[in-house]
Amino acid sequence: MSVDLHALYQEVVLDHNRHPRNFRAMQGGRKAEGFNRICGDRVTVHLRVEADVIRDACFQGSGCAIVKASASLMTEHIRDLTLADAAALVERLRRTLSAPPGAPIDDLGALGALTGVRLFPIRIKCAVLPWEALLAALSARDEVVYTSPRSLDRRIP
Amino acid sequence: MAAAPPLRPCDKVRHGHPAGDPGQYADADADRFLSTRTPLTRQRTHRLGGPDLDIDLANVRNDFPALHQQVHGRPLVYLDNAATTHKPRAVIDRVAQYYTEENASIHRGVHGLSERATDAYECARECVARFLNAAETREIIFVRGVTEAINLVACTYGRTHVGPGDEIVISEMEHHSNLVPWQILCDEKGARLRIIPITDAGELRMESYEQLLTDRTRVVAVAHVSNALGTVNPVAEIVRRAHARGIPVLVDGAQAVAHMPVDVQELGCDFYAFSGHKLFGPTGIGVLYGRERLLDKMPPYQGGGGMISFVTFERTEYSALPHKFEAGTPHVAGALGLAAAIEYVTDLGLDRVRPHERALLDYGTRALSGVPGLRFTGTAANKSGILAFLLDGVHPHDIGTILDRAGVAIRVGHHCCQPLMARLRVPATARASLALYNTRDEIDALAAALLEVREMFA
Repeated sequence: MSVDLHALYQEVVLDHNRHPRNFRAMQGGRKAEGFNRICGDRVTVHLRVEADVIRDACFQGSGCAIVKASASLMTEHIRDLTLADAAALVERLRRTLSAPPGAPIDDLGALGALTGVRLFPIRIKCAVLPWEALLAALSARDEVVYTSPRSLDRRIP
Repeated sequence: MAAAPPLRPCDKVRHGHPAGDPGQYADADADRFLSTRTPLTRQRTHRLGGPDLDIDLANVRNDFPALHQQVHGRPLVYLDNAATTHKPRAVIDRVAQYYTEENASIHRGVHGLSERATDAYECARECVARFLNAAETREIIFVRGVTEAINLVACTYGRTHVGPGDEIVISEMEHHSNLVPWQILCDEKGARLRIIPITDAGELRMESYEQLLTDRTRVVAVAHVSNALGTVNPVAEIVRRAHARGIPVLVDGAQAVAHMPVDVQELGCDFYAFSGHKLFGPTGIGVLYGRERLLDKMPPYQGGGGMISFVTFERTEYSALPHKFEAGTPHVAGALGLAAAIEYVTDLGLDRVRPHERALLDYGTRALSGVPGLRFTGTAANKSGILAFLLDGVHPHDIGTILDRAGVAIRVGHHCCQPLMARLRVPATARASLALYNTRDEIDALAAALLEVREMFA
């Protein structure tokens, strides 16, 4: 098994894939769905927002290990963030994940487990999908947002 | 008395038929087709049958330069042939030769190059006609691929024969290319699609098909072989039942022509489509076979140069078949490359390719059955070389990524069959698809890599 694969499928990722956190529905609140039309993966992100602060976040849907782990880690990470901070985090995560391998990147804490996708350009969209949905849900746009390699800054070879 | 015309390269293409049901061949027989090739230097031993047969498979593999490379530091194991096949040297050389020596606009130029290019292009058409055993060469229309072929039929035959309340019958296993063009037509005409359901094994429910045929049915369009399941559909029977009611049948042969002999007269179908790139030929070239009687009455698909015989600002007279359907400068190099590919598989013998792939499919089915938690999608009795599967607790995209790192190329996803995925209640599947150059060693590499996946996601 290659070193790259172990970077992609880190133990944290495999654990969140096996046991996704906050994998449930929510009545009311804000929600949006991320859909990858290339592979059919879907993630619906639900948020309970009080006074511009995310008090609860959960998700539903189906996808690969990277999508599930990314969504699971995200719902843990964004709780108690303000809407503005969460939006800034989405941008930071997008930028970090699409940085070429070897380039210096921000320390994302627990979210750092997702950075293995940098070695697998076509899988970046998987890690980003729940975050695209989050961005839409932050603005209370109950809609389906599509992600594709084109939605990223980095050109996919 | 005139002398016999010189033998052109395509004259050697002959249509071959298996003596009986290809499924009857035993494993050992399956490898016979490889034994007719002249031994060359042996690059790599591929276990297939007896030791003497290995040399021949190495020979076949030597004809395909792209097979001999490493991916992520591992020897390429190419099992994505339903998506596209690799090209033998003969095809690559033919395309290069066209651009090197012939390159010219066809059907119009009076100069020597144009004459040669035109002759070669029309010779390629004859080659295709013989390959499909079409009654007439003018029944062969060059198109970009199956997608364009079906759009052509939907936009011409469909637009003139389908009206409000009419019905078009397709099946639950169709590729989007044999669904969306009909859906567009139905939307435009107020007609509706009727869908032949499939069994859990992935076979058409023929009794339901019978019931779907009504006096409103205008076209039946089905896959010869399912790209996602491997099912070989009983096309002759489908045609027989439709014709009993006077309904024409289009067959999507994308997944058939590289794997078994196809005889359009024997099938009885009215339209048959295939793509060159899935038959070891170039991309961007494909074929629509159409029954002359129907093609003759169909309006043109695209207007432009090449498809006209006389034009004024008031009106245009169209060319005779097949040129009526080939507006613009055609993909000459593609047609010549396709003819070279047809010669290649004809030399090898498609009647021998089928049992070889069948044996490999059986071997693969047994090998993958040993992977814990693996479940096949598509277990039809009459199946082509497609191993589609799911692995408990592992998403197909994760399988695809891990296999890629082991050098094993497969397809994961919905395979352009989203309605079929919905029927199977899965978002995606993993699919290994075979071609004549695949070996048991490669199946073993696939099975080993799947065990690695299993281990990682334990």
